[in-house]
Amino acid sequence: MQTDQLIAQLQSDAATKPRPSAVGWGFITICAVVAAGLALAATVGVRPDFSTAVETVRFDFKFLLTAILAGTALVALTELARPTGDRRKLGLLLLPFALLVGSVVTELAVLPASLWEARMVGTNYASCLTVIPLFGLGPLSLFIYASRKRAPLRPMLQGALCGLAAAAVGAFFYAAHCTDDSPLFVATWYPLASAILVVTGAVVGQRILRW
Amino acid sequence: MAELFDFFLLRPRNDDHSRFESIDVKPATTPTRSEMSVLLQDGLSGDNGAYGRFLEGAARILRGFCARKLPPGLPGFDAEDLVQEILMAVHAKRHTWRTEEPVEPWLFAIARYKAIDAFRKHGKRIEVDISDHVDAMFVEPDVSGLVARDVMKAVDTLDGRTREVVTAISIEGKSIEETAERLDISRGAVRVAFHRGLKILSERDAS
Repeated sequence: MQTDQLIAQLQSDAATKPRPSAVGWGFITICAVVAAGLALAATVGVRPDFSTAVETVRFDFKFLLTAILAGTALVALTELARPTGDRRKLGLLLLPFALLVGSVVTELAVLPASLWEARMVGTNYASCLTVIPLFGLGPLSLFIYASRKRAPLRPMLQGALCGLAAAAVGAFFYAAHCTDDSPLFVATWYPLASAILVVTGAVVGQRILRW
Repeated sequence: MAELFDFFLLRPRNDDHSRFESIDVKPATTPTRSEMSVLLQDGLSGDNGAYGRFLEGAARILRGFCARKLPPGLPGFDAEDLVQEILMAVHAKRHTWRTEEPVEPWLFAIARYKAIDAFRKHGKRIEVDISDHVDAMFVEPDVSGLVARDVMKAVDTLDGRTREVVTAISIEGKSIEETAERLDISRGAVRVAFHRGLKILSERDAS
């Protein structure tokens, strides 16, 4: 086909069909949060001592950390969903990472060494490794769907970022259920659980985020 | 790290504007937008003629880019095909352009993506003249798992006439006539002995 013909075709397509659009990121994010919240309410629920736990720093820190990870990952993933997105936004992810490292260092300083191992292993690692990926499945699907409507230049990276943001949303709600609050536990098991979603996102992204 | 601070303070990144202001030179009152940016912006807000002119302009710009980027020798895929693939992608993803940004970086980001994509898809079918690589592709002929020494050993286990016939034909490469003459027997006898020998060998090989 001649390029002139193609241009005429595209032009008439633009005239007759509504222009392509993508669901807004705000709406997608709200849906992701609701999906993970419903998953928590419908399955394991919040821990029995939730009201007293919120008064402890360690418990609250889990929400701060996962919320900041979700926020920064979302900024990076919405940015990289456009062809002209600024890749330096990936640097934002250093913030939650630094926060996690800082919390571990603090915990090691205030906690006697004899307790380190017990706090790190905790009691809920098996549920942590299964529930976070499960809570994150809905958000992951939503983020991948929204990315597919756009134009990411690196499908695999985009998928991985979707997985990371989904893991953060899932972990935020899982944190309300889990009774292991030590940063040593969080730094060990949450990243492992997140890695499952990140790898899933990368593999799926590599396949379906091409355009 | 500066990036992080800028992000959280919602501060625009330092760009030319602040530099101009600091030396008290007024920035241009309206930033000049490229003709292409204006065309696409008008096109997206419903001016179909502008959209067509944008696509024509894009095709002209992309032709040079594609001719430079596309390696020669992709059968059934030339620079004009790549131009068309990019135009289709531009059309399908036109909502990912932000009207406030210049259109050229966006256009070329898509063009690069599609150029790499095209190379992946069509590059696999590059045709190579195999005569340059015959040495690399040469494979030892299959001797059914036997090497010459094993063949000799196996033949040696045959007895009398049969061994002489099989040795003459299979290893020395003599014809049936030559073998019959040398052993002073009939050709029929050579054939019978040869086949019996091969049968014994194959049965032994199978067991």
